[in-house]
Amino acid sequence: MTWLLVIAGAMVGAPLRYLTDRAVQSRHASAFPWGTFTVNVTGCLALGLLTGATADVHLALGTGLCGALTTYSTFSYETLRLAEEGRRAYAVANVAASVVCGVGAAFAGAALVG
Amino acid sequence: MAAARPGPPVEPIDPDVGPEDVRGTAREHGPVLCAVSAGGGLGAAARYGAGLLWPAAGGGFPWTTFAVNVTGCALIGVLMAVLTGLPSPHRLLRPFLATGVLGGFTTFSTYAVDVRQLLTDDRAATALAYLAATPLAALAAVWAAAAATRRVLRREVAS
Repeated sequence: MTWLLVIAGAMVGAPLRYLTDRAVQSRHASAFPWGTFTVNVTGCLALGLLTGATADVHLALGTGLCGALTTYSTFSYETLRLAEEGRRAYAVANVAASVVCGVGAAFAGAALVG
Repeated sequence: MAAARPGPPVEPIDPDVGPEDVRGTAREHGPVLCAVSAGGGLGAAARYGAGLLWPAAGGGFPWTTFAVNVTGCALIGVLMAVLTGLPSPHRLLRPFLATGVLGGFTTFSTYAVDVRQLLTDDRAATALAYLAATPLAALAAVWAAAAATRRVLRREVAS
C-alpha cells in the first residue's frame, strides 16, 4: 500500500514538472533554466506545507508527488551545460538561487502550517 | 579552403524540455506525458526503496537522499551523452529515462526540507555540511560522468 501511494503521487508529480517546465520555458528567451527553478522551489514550498501531515498523505504527496515534481538530476545537468556553454554567471546563479530559494520555500511552507 | 566539418551533436541545456516539446498539440504530447509519468513512478519507487533499505538515522546526515541525488546526477550525465550520440533515439526514450525515471528518482524538495529540519533541530553543522555537499557532489558527479561517457563515445567513433 505504501508503495502504491508513492508511485501514484510520483505519476502525477513527474508529468506536472514536465508541463510546468514546458509552460515556463516557452514564455521566456533567456538561457536561465527558469522552468526547473520554478518546479523545484514550488515543490520545496509544497513539501514544507506537508510538515505534520499524516504518514499516508506524506507518502503520496511528499515522497511521491513533491519528490517527482522536483529534480536534482535536471538541475545539475542544466548547471553543467550552462557552464560548458560559457554562461558561468548563469550556472553559479542557478545553484545559489535554487539552494537559497528552495530552503527558504521549505521554511516558508513549514511556517505557514506551523 | 576545406568546408567546415559538422561538429559533434550538441547536448541541450534543458534535458526535460526541448524545442520539440514546446511545439505540437496536446494530443501529440499524450505519449510523452505517459512516458514521463511511468518513468516518474519507477524512479520514485526506487528512491522510496532506497530509503527503506538504508533508513536515515534521525537528526544525522541524510546519507540516503544524498546518495540517491548524486547517483541520479551521474546517471543523467551518462544518459544525455549517450542519447545525444545516438543517430535516432526513440522519441520517448529521453522523456521516459531523463524526465521520468531520473527526475522521479532524484529530489530537490526532500533536500531542502531536510536542511530546514536539521537547522530547526539545532544541528547547524550537519545542516550546512549537507547544504553544501549535495550540490558540490552532484555537480562533480554529472560533470565526471558526462566527460567520461563522451570520451568513451568519441573513442568508439574514431576507431
